[in-house]
Amino acid sequence: MLIFEKSKAGRKCQNLPECDVPVVTLDEKDKREVKLHLPELSEGELSRHYTELAKKSHGVNDGFYPLGSCTMKYNPRVNEVVANLEGFTDIHPLQPVETVQGCLEAMKILETYLCEITGMKRMTFQPAAGAHGEFTGLLLIKAYHKSRNDEKRKKIIVPDSAHGTNPASAAMAGYSVISVPSGPDGCVDIEKLEEIAGDDIAGLMLTNPNTVGLFDKNILKITEIIHNCGGLCYYDGANLNAVMGTVRPGDMGFDVIHLNLHKTFSTPHGGGGPGSGPVGCKDFLVPFLPSIQVEGEETFVPVRQPESIGEMKNFFGNFLVEVRALAYVMTLGKEGIPEASTNAVLNANYMMNKLKDLYTMAYDEVCMHEFVMSLADLKKQTGVSAMDIAKGLLDFEIHPPTMYFPLIVEEALMVEPTETESKETMDEAIAVFRKLQETAKENAESLHNAPVTTPVTRMDEVGAARHPILRFQFED
Amino acid sequence: MELRAELKYSKSHEWVKEEGDVKVVGLTDFAQAELGDLVFVNLPEVGDEVTVGEAFADVESVKAVSDVFSPISGVVTEINEDLLDAPESINEAPYDAWFVKVGEVSETEELLDADAYQAFVDSES
Amino acid sequence: MGSYVPNTLDERKAMLNEIGYESIEDLFRHIPEQVKVQGGLNIPEGMSEMEVLKKIKKIAAKNKVFPTIFRGAGAYRHYIPAMVNSVISKENLQTAYTPYQAEISQGILQSIFEYQTMLADLTGMDVSNASVYDGATAAAEAVAMCTERKRKKAFVSATVMPSVLEVIKTYCFGNEMEIEVIPEKDGVTDIEYLKEHIDKTAACVLIQHPNYYGSLEDAQAIGEVAHEAGAKYVMSVNPISLGALKTPREYGADVAVGEGQPLGLPIAFGGPYLGFMTCVEGMTRKMPGRVVGETVDHNGKKGYVLTLQAREQHIRREKASSNICSNQALCALAVGVYLSCMGNEGVKSVAEQSMSKAHYMASKLAEVGFEVENKQNFFHEFVTVSEKSSEKVLKALEDADILGGYPLDEKRILWCCTEMNTKEEIDKVASILKEV
Repeated sequence: MLIFEKSKAGRKCQNLPECDVPVVTLDEKDKREVKLHLPELSEGELSRHYTELAKKSHGVNDGFYPLGSCTMKYNPRVNEVVANLEGFTDIHPLQPVETVQGCLEAMKILETYLCEITGMKRMTFQPAAGAHGEFTGLLLIKAYHKSRNDEKRKKIIVPDSAHGTNPASAAMAGYSVISVPSGPDGCVDIEKLEEIAGDDIAGLMLTNPNTVGLFDKNILKITEIIHNCGGLCYYDGANLNAVMGTVRPGDMGFDVIHLNLHKTFSTPHGGGGPGSGPVGCKDFLVPFLPSIQVEGEETFVPVRQPESIGEMKNFFGNFLVEVRALAYVMTLGKEGIPEASTNAVLNANYMMNKLKDLYTMAYDEVCMHEFVMSLADLKKQTGVSAMDIAKGLLDFEIHPPTMYFPLIVEEALMVEPTETESKETMDEAIAVFRKLQETAKENAESLHNAPVTTPVTRMDEVGAARHPILRFQFED
Repeated sequence: MELRAELKYSKSHEWVKEEGDVKVVGLTDFAQAELGDLVFVNLPEVGDEVTVGEAFADVESVKAVSDVFSPISGVVTEINEDLLDAPESINEAPYDAWFVKVGEVSETEELLDADAYQAFVDSES
Repeated sequence: MGSYVPNTLDERKAMLNEIGYESIEDLFRHIPEQVKVQGGLNIPEGMSEMEVLKKIKKIAAKNKVFPTIFRGAGAYRHYIPAMVNSVISKENLQTAYTPYQAEISQGILQSIFEYQTMLADLTGMDVSNASVYDGATAAAEAVAMCTERKRKKAFVSATVMPSVLEVIKTYCFGNEMEIEVIPEKDGVTDIEYLKEHIDKTAACVLIQHPNYYGSLEDAQAIGEVAHEAGAKYVMSVNPISLGALKTPREYGADVAVGEGQPLGLPIAFGGPYLGFMTCVEGMTRKMPGRVVGETVDHNGKKGYVLTLQAREQHIRREKASSNICSNQALCALAVGVYLSCMGNEGVKSVAEQSMSKAHYMASKLAEVGFEVENKQNFFHEFVTVSEKSSEKVLKALEDADILGGYPLDEKRILWCCTEMNTKEEIDKVASILKEV
């Protein structure tokens, strides 16, 4: 039941004192005339309403969440404690510099750590999410070419296996997109890349490991081809959890990167945000960075860059998300960082190997932190699709892997267990995956109808899109 | 797959009907079945030029968007605004659910008759 | 120290052996040696939870928490009911991903549907999206959503928050739209300038109301100018003001955007906040970002799903109108809880108290020689001019643990009051200012 349907006029929570100054009212021409329809409930009723909503949600804390490309690792509780410190939550973003030394110091320490992890020179924390970071990074590339009066570069190369945000961000930055195909090994087709590379290329966007979970071993060749044609290399940090501490994007030849603090650095996804997508870059791009960079060792000062691309959002980014990431990086430190990523890779390989006799792996080789299965054969044999298997998992309280991505693999399921899952959890999930194969062969119909144990069954998405109902309609 | 003898067909799965000086374009039954339940259509504006082989509209299903290519070059004289409110009519009655009418036709790609289109579809699958 | 990896070294070894590897290095053999980190990362060793907490608390203690704040300028300290933090700390909601799997995400989906309803109702619009990053990006996205093939120019008032204008400009550097800034006249948008310069290439007119200086714009008239030229009208509004002020819809806006932070989110050194976007029905499909719709499941049971997804980047890729991929879901949840806790009377009271206190303060400051610059009526922010140096004035307040208004220049200060400020605090500011 919606909160509006529970509302009873006159019920309320007790939050505010009476006004202690003479009440001023607006002129008639500026007074709100239309009725407000906010819900009216007592505090106890409200509390129950949200507890009920929480029960109908599934977070990392509810169970295994091997959602490929999203790095659904455990969100440590100490991160929440530090993000709720009054010394951070109650600081106005426009306070005098000497009164926000702690905030600046936190940003500075985190920047230093993350630059070391990625091999970048400086970083901006302003971007609010990965896609926002991509847009920022591409504007840095655009500003760089513009500063050299090299404005003929109008194209960004994006692999056909890329996340949808890559081409969308390139388009937002005013670039046209050229897709470079992946070879049969799932990696960038070098010959094709060489053909495309030319003086109209502004840059290349790439994840490595790529979206099929493989490390592109030609990476140095790839970045070299782009640099030789005068373009820059952008690293989409979505998959950094596979290699942090082992390989640095900067050493692979990338000039600009974004990170997803809500993936690699353990901050909660919050049901779709807030995230944080800091952008790091090499020395020569620093003058174009947006927002502030923090300078100083003892006393901290915010500085703005001379040729900045301009502000990407208000203030300095999703600060409380940064604080959580800081707690995480401090906890892990020098040894913990590679320990996390190597175990992410171990867990993925463990699951892949335990499933590959029954499920067709899109690429049957050592994977990094995730692997992609193709259910095309199963679908042909039994009619059970990737979607059906995914929905079947829901009845076992497992969040499904990413479905139908990357686009280059038919009937794809992309599994990313992350390092924070135990062997038992994975063994249970493996057993469920295997059982679902059997079910597919014996009783396909039951999987077409899955899930059956969830608060609702499969939704009529076609109806929702054809005749959208996007809000509750009040009677008056 | 339903076909209509009086229509011509393109290899990119549009149908074309002649109505005097204008040509009417829509999606074939085969195309709508392949695309699945359609939920929205983006149409060009009256007065827009369309060109052989270039997209002039797109259709959305829940999880995909597909271009609709023009088999003719000319100028859009009318669009079927009913599709905006009822995209399901493309699935239900593809040969009634026309997209655009095109006038000042300067070029038309080589179109197939119903039998040839049937053979083309068979050879594709 | 830790890495939150549960498996013991022995278990890891056993897992490796089970799948045919000797060591974890075997899994990384295919990575070229020359790109591998040699000798480990140059960052400190990890720490225990106890040490981390201690260290970060020490850092936080270097900030000064002002018990009394009269500064707004884009970030507003309002009372946040205890319920808000309680709800957004619930782990099922906090640790979930985007609700793509509707069957196990009804709670989050419903909370967004409720948020959409509340924001649409608050702004008087037909539809709302599930939120974007913040008020500035909401404004920039709104400008982009108004473009048409022959309309690629946005008229943006000089009286919007400066960084909002900056962000709009940055976005336009990307998409190559043209921006024309409508100058300020007497602290509000110069409507005569707009009338003279607007033409058929205008995609939209965007103003902030109340504007950056707290003043009420002639919002209705500006909207009429926009519509006469065939342009869309975008209003950036403070959501708290809508408890008292006319809705953007009543003023004639096609799109309403704004900073959602005042609705239950802490000022938090600038984020995370959320941007809201609502619009008239005809523009629904042009609105970027996630949106939740009501539907039924296969048994006919009512439920909610992400919908209209074919507009979005993961399907439309480079043809999408925006690259936005997330919303500020947990912040949107906080806003929903806040608005439910406050209810209709509460929201009206916050608006009324904020405005009343600002007016009381303005009169008090005028008494001690700080002239109020706003020529129009103002909401909960106003500008004073005085011969006394802004720096000195604010320093004197800081010494009394009061964060004064935002210094616009040497002589002008932008003040803000909310329901949190008491008469006593305001009187104290006036008495300190008298002595400076």
